[in-house]
Amino acid sequence: MSTSSETVPNTPPGAAPDTSPETASGAAPVRGTRLSLSGASLGRPGATALDKVDLDIAPGEILTVVGPSGCGKSTLLRTLAGLLPPLAGEIAQDGHPLTGPSADRALVFQEDALLPWRTLRANVELPLAIRGVPRAERREQAQAWLERVGLGSQARQLPHRVSGGQRQRVQLARALAGRPRAVLMDEPFGALDAQTRAGMQDLLVEVLQGTGATVVFVTHDVDEALFLGDRVALLGAGGLVAVRDIPRPRERGAHDDPARVALRRDVLTSLGT
Amino acid sequence: MRRYALRVLSLVAALGLWQALTSLNVDLWLRFSQFPTVTDVARAFAARVSGPDYWTDLTDSLTRILTGFLLAAVLGVATGVLVARSRLAEDLLGPVLEVIRPIPAIALVPVAILLFPSNEQGIVFITCTAAFFPVLVSTRHSVRALTPVWEEAVRTMGGGRWRILGSVVLPGALPGVFGGLSVGIGVSWICVISAEMISGQYGVGYRTWQDYTVVDYPGVFVGMVTIGVLGWLTSTAVELLGRRLTRWLPRTAYVPGARPPRTNRSVKPAPAAPAAVPGGARSEEARDEHLV
Repeated sequence: MSTSSETVPNTPPGAAPDTSPETASGAAPVRGTRLSLSGASLGRPGATALDKVDLDIAPGEILTVVGPSGCGKSTLLRTLAGLLPPLAGEIAQDGHPLTGPSADRALVFQEDALLPWRTLRANVELPLAIRGVPRAERREQAQAWLERVGLGSQARQLPHRVSGGQRQRVQLARALAGRPRAVLMDEPFGALDAQTRAGMQDLLVEVLQGTGATVVFVTHDVDEALFLGDRVALLGAGGLVAVRDIPRPRERGAHDDPARVALRRDVLTSLGT
Repeated sequence: MRRYALRVLSLVAALGLWQALTSLNVDLWLRFSQFPTVTDVARAFAARVSGPDYWTDLTDSLTRILTGFLLAAVLGVATGVLVARSRLAEDLLGPVLEVIRPIPAIALVPVAILLFPSNEQGIVFITCTAAFFPVLVSTRHSVRALTPVWEEAVRTMGGGRWRILGSVVLPGALPGVFGGLSVGIGVSWICVISAEMISGQYGVGYRTWQDYTVVDYPGVFVGMVTIGVLGWLTSTAVELLGRRLTRWLPRTAYVPGARPPRTNRSVKPAPAAPAAVPGGARSEEARDEHLV
């Protein structure tokens, strides 16, 4: 899973050839990061959303998180992003406790989080600017990322001039442009219609290829969770209910695989109660 | 084009009414008989414009207001951001500012006279204080009203305090800041003119008051017209700059009271206008589809 980004054999031609040279991050290849929670209580002071969570997310893994709304899925992501300190227990990245947000862990928001006064390209350039990439180079990289999500020709548009689905694609490009070692996604396709959604899922699988990033993907759509994830975590009733392996992840044809069907039934049952 | 014609018409109508009332010496409770007519004022204006004092007064007043206003803009935005973003600053500065805020800036003339060695600095101080509070208050409000997700996004990209300030807080607060600046420039004019009347040497306010004391009423009106035009020009400049810098704001396509765009009249005049609306809507739709 954790292939370095230099060795990207399966990116389509013309797709982000210039995101490969290692510049700011030195010689080390970009690899996924291990995120672990042990005995963690998450939430805001006085309002614990999740209690005693033990979860280990392997480097390069795609973990999907499902649960009924209000169960603390977003809280889990915000805590992993470092925006919300845990109430108790420990959250660690590669064994070191998390202290705050970092460019290592990009967050893709459910709502529109693009800066409305920046053009699409300037939005994608932002993480690169923060990392200190020189202007010409970050322009080139941002353009390449926009092309990779199919928006190369709209690079100079302002966010409110493009559709919601396109804004989410830009958010994805922006998150990945900073070459994070983990990408945390908070129902990124939640507001999109079914068709756009399926397209976005395929796009996500495609652009994640070769980044080697660890992904935590929160959704309330069980089918989306089972398609995208290597494992699926079930949240509910104030805690983590179960973590299950997903057979044949990211195969469109696998939805009628008996093992997958059985898992789907299990997941739905556990969510129903 | 038609809108400009309407605007000119409104000014011309006001002048016409003034001329009619004063030249007919109307005395119906309101007494216009002592009032200079438009032509008196125009003659006085022409005489003044050709003299040297008028331009000295003009540049003096402009220098005072621009210095005071720019200082107020910088200080107001800085203090507003500070108070909105830091609880310590809010606790330390908040009470002092709230106590000073209700004091009319022009009431600070004694303070200005005591504090500053020259009248000039005193006038700038009063102008600055006048514009400072509207800028401060609107900056504070718009910084507090920023969408939190913008800041969180920049933080998860590894952006620090200064990055958030430069990339989120300042640009995001800009629409509100310009609201404050627009109010501020208006209040600044009020205060610069009043301060000049009280303690100035040269300046449009000073000249207007001088003319009043020597019973030169056309001169007084020349002063008032000058203040009006200058105020209008400066607030338009602020407005235009604000619109330019906040072009990213999504705007509704609907303009209240707007007339449908003129279509070619030589084609059928009657159905042309209604046909233009669905046509325009269709092209808008086509563009939206292209965006999806």
